Amino acid sequence: MPAIDTYAAGFVSALLDPERPAPAMVSGPGRKAAAKRYGVYRNNVTVSLINALAAVYPATQRITGPDFFRMMVRLHVRATPPASPLLFEYGRDFPAFIECYEHAQSMPWLADVARIERAWLDAYHAADAEPLSPQAFAVVPAERLAGIVLVPHPAARILRSRYSALAIFAANRVDRPVTSIDAGEPEDTLVTRPGLEVFARRLPPGGAPFLIHLIAGEPLGTAAAAAIDDSPDFDLAANIASMIGAGVFIAIHWGN
Amino acid sequence: MNEPTRIQPSRASAAARFPAHPVDAMAGTSLKPEHLERIFDEAPQRGFFEVHAENYMGAGGPPHAALTRVRQDYPVSLHGVCMSIGGPQPLDKAHLGRFKALVDRYEPALVSEHLAWSTHQSTFFNDLLPLPYTEATLAHVAEHIDEVQDAIGRPILLENPSTYVVFPQSTMSETDFIRAIVRRTGCGLLLDVNNVFVSATNHGYSALGYLADYPLEHVGEIHLAGHAEQTDDEGELLLIDSHDGPVGDAVWKLFDIVISRRGATPTLVEWDSDIPDWPILKAEALAAQLILDRHASGLANAGH
Repeated sequence: MPAIDTYAAGFVSALLDPERPAPAMVSGPGRKAAAKRYGVYRNNVTVSLINALAAVYPATQRITGPDFFRMMVRLHVRATPPASPLLFEYGRDFPAFIECYEHAQSMPWLADVARIERAWLDAYHAADAEPLSPQAFAVVPAERLAGIVLVPHPAARILRSRYSALAIFAANRVDRPVTSIDAGEPEDTLVTRPGLEVFARRLPPGGAPFLIHLIAGEPLGTAAAAAIDDSPDFDLAANIASMIGAGVFIAIHWGN
Repeated sequence: MNEPTRIQPSRASAAARFPAHPVDAMAGTSLKPEHLERIFDEAPQRGFFEVHAENYMGAGGPPHAALTRVRQDYPVSLHGVCMSIGGPQPLDKAHLGRFKALVDRYEPALVSEHLAWSTHQSTFFNDLLPLPYTEATLAHVAEHIDEVQDAIGRPILLENPSTYVVFPQSTMSETDFIRAIVRRTGCGLLLDVNNVFVSATNHGYSALGYLADYPLEHVGEIHLAGHAEQTDDEGELLLIDSHDGPVGDAVWKLFDIVISRRGATPTLVEWDSDIPDWPILKAEALAAQLILDRHASGLANAGH
């Protein structure tokens, strides 16, 4: 009799590899064969994981069409099966896979669209938290402003793209015909979920480095300097107002 | 392991956050995000909802908001899919912790898991994979169930699988295995009638024979679902537990027989892909409720 732990190792040996025969440890009843029977498990695994990624990346699938998408995802699923039973965590490596996938090279913006979709789902499942109110900001004395540090909302994500990734994402997450989009305009995206609804909005020039520094826990003065360094016409007051309105932060520390 | 450990549900806890809606003799359905709006539009009705635990293991957001609202008005059944109880490796402690957190948070009327496995080493295969039935697998499945029940402080219901292959190394029948698990762990059972029919067809035994050997007196919940038809290598019928259509006629007939013997037991209609509009799924649950009501008079002496 085989050792206790061999049935699992034996059973999975051909699950992700359609070229390998069904393991000899299983059969049909009596003397029946197990090729098609084992194939049911093989099919369940691959198809359910492809479906899981289709649910995470609907805009990506709409752009490529289901046949292209499923072929691309099948390769990824077999090479990188999930390492967690939480399927909404699956597919973090998929945008990088798209970037290297030879048949997707004509869509260099596709990986960034997928990155926004991944961030959208992370925001959807992130912990609930009450965003900072404008009043909390108003009580900070002007001379302390540069030193304040903000606590980010668990849902807040920043994505930078050399392409119009947000416009392409937005046009393909709705069930309407897509009009022509100039893919070549760089776009920075802020993903937030101040309440129950996820928002993806475009950031103004300098907005991304500003928020990236703040989310990393650096003081407002440092973040503003980085933003101005990135975009000389960075508008500090407007960016502070819109980040509060978007619910990017939940608490304010001004050092004691 | 001679004396069965009977763990009582700790539902009388003073810290209860939700009404203790009873689930006895009720039919219910899987809770699908597609149907939430329709369900919330209706006045609360008789019935319950079952959720896959893993879909509610995120930190926050709309899934928890929806489940909280559903749980206010309905009994909820928490159905674990990925604990990998039937696997040889130790349970994932982080996953068990998340499962316990859901039990604590939502105070479900029913808690269940599968006699199957889905994780090997660190890879999650997202399917309910089969195991051989031997003294050795019996011992570790019983240990895993003990561990889950100890963690959540109440018994679970263990679901019989749909299977497509057999392990010639098995030394006992599935029903003997399940009986022994109940005896060792004190767990209850979730009898999936569709799985009985699927496995019986696939392995050429009688579904009624299986039910005659199965410890019906420990059943705390029943599952009904649709299946699909394929063929095996010999060109003979191979049924797939697909959950993508209405409950089959043969499964309704078996359900009627089970209820006539067991008495009215909470019964769930599962429908997980090609999900229909809410009225169609609701009608399937109503059909189950009619059968339960017809047998409800037997409930008093069914020992539930």
